[in-house]
Amino acid sequence: MSLFSKRNKEVLTAPLNLDNPVVSQVLGICSALAVTSQLEPSIVMGLSVTVITAFANVIISLLRNTIPSRIRIIIQLVVVATLVTIVSQMLKAYAYDVSVQLSVYVGLIISNCILMGRLEAFAMMNGPWESFLDGIGSGLGYAWVLVVVGFVRELLGAASLLGHEIPFISESDFFHNGMMTMPAMALIICGCVIWAHRAYNDREKK
Amino acid sequence: MKFNTNSNAYTIVYASIMVIIVAFLLAFISSVLKSTQEANVANDKRSQILAALNLRDVENVEQKYNETILKALVVNVEGEVIDSVGGFDVESKMITAKNDHDKKLPLYVAKVGADTLYVVPLFGRGLWGGISGYLALKKDLNTVYGCNYTHESETAGLGARIVELEFQQKFTDKQAHADTAFTAVALGMKKKVENPKTEVDMITGATLTCDGMDAMFKTSLSPYKKYFIANHK
Repeated sequence: MSLFSKRNKEVLTAPLNLDNPVVSQVLGICSALAVTSQLEPSIVMGLSVTVITAFANVIISLLRNTIPSRIRIIIQLVVVATLVTIVSQMLKAYAYDVSVQLSVYVGLIISNCILMGRLEAFAMMNGPWESFLDGIGSGLGYAWVLVVVGFVRELLGAASLLGHEIPFISESDFFHNGMMTMPAMALIICGCVIWAHRAYNDREKK
Repeated sequence: MKFNTNSNAYTIVYASIMVIIVAFLLAFISSVLKSTQEANVANDKRSQILAALNLRDVENVEQKYNETILKALVVNVEGEVIDSVGGFDVESKMITAKNDHDKKLPLYVAKVGADTLYVVPLFGRGLWGGISGYLALKKDLNTVYGCNYTHESETAGLGARIVELEFQQKFTDKQAHADTAFTAVALGMKKKVENPKTEVDMITGATLTCDGMDAMFKTSLSPYKKYFIANHK
């Protein structure tokens, strides 16, 4: 079986669009609302979740035949918690500013439904390579939604992107909308993304 | 050999081995990264102290700090200097100790241009979590030269605005005490400013954060009272 067989490609790309964890399955919403007030933490959070999902998937997939079924959820949690702790320690050492901004949300990756969902639904039944692709796909599917929401919120809320002020539009009051920095607006933007996503896919079907 | 993965013995052994491996792994990573993390935290503290002295966006924080801060004293509530070097390393729980006589109070002596300035740390509680900061005083130990605040988790756009430069600049040239006898800390935040020499207008919609700030000035500055009385110029 080739590394990128038709099925493997589907495993990788389905979560980006039709099976997107955030906009289709509505998983991982709480962190999507919390960290997206600026673009940079959104990107870091998206990448962290991608890396953690991918590696947790691989580890669980390798262990899947040895895990006692009665404690499988606990084993999954231990693997995820270990990876999250490692990522959090790395951020504190090498990206201190970002770790301050993400603060408790890095820890909350452990409770991110996407991770447990992928481990239980995919990695427990598939080989390591497929599980790795599934983790990357699901993580990136989550990441792009975060980046879109973070982009809109930082642009309209602070008239900047990645912390750099946008020269022309920053003079306009419209781009300093305090509402945008609040979690409620993230929910509304998430809703808009879901709407656009559905509308696009419905038209593709016809 | 095939184990019965559902037996009790297997489950217990499996869980134990898992926990031991994970514990060793995490302990190893934590000890490897510890020094880098502590350096980051210390540098963050230095940049906050510099920010209170209106030295923001500094390239090499450690170098600038060493140039600017002449001494980091530790004083007690009696106004005596108990340590003339260890101010930077005093833990926050020693600064905020419940009993006044257990308090170890850091005081940073800085030189910016020709001015000698004094920086004191501030600790308080906001709406959702701790707020803290540094307040730089001129050599009369009463006039505010600059300040810098940070928070753990105040509401974005409201209480979180205390970290903004525009807000912090409102404190410049305020008087920390109502009179030069240092009878009481007067620096504070009010909904209706009656005494613009010592009071700053509250942020609309962030009453609890601002009340916390108001209390923070009182509790953080009053232990220094005797030192201020003895040393102001």
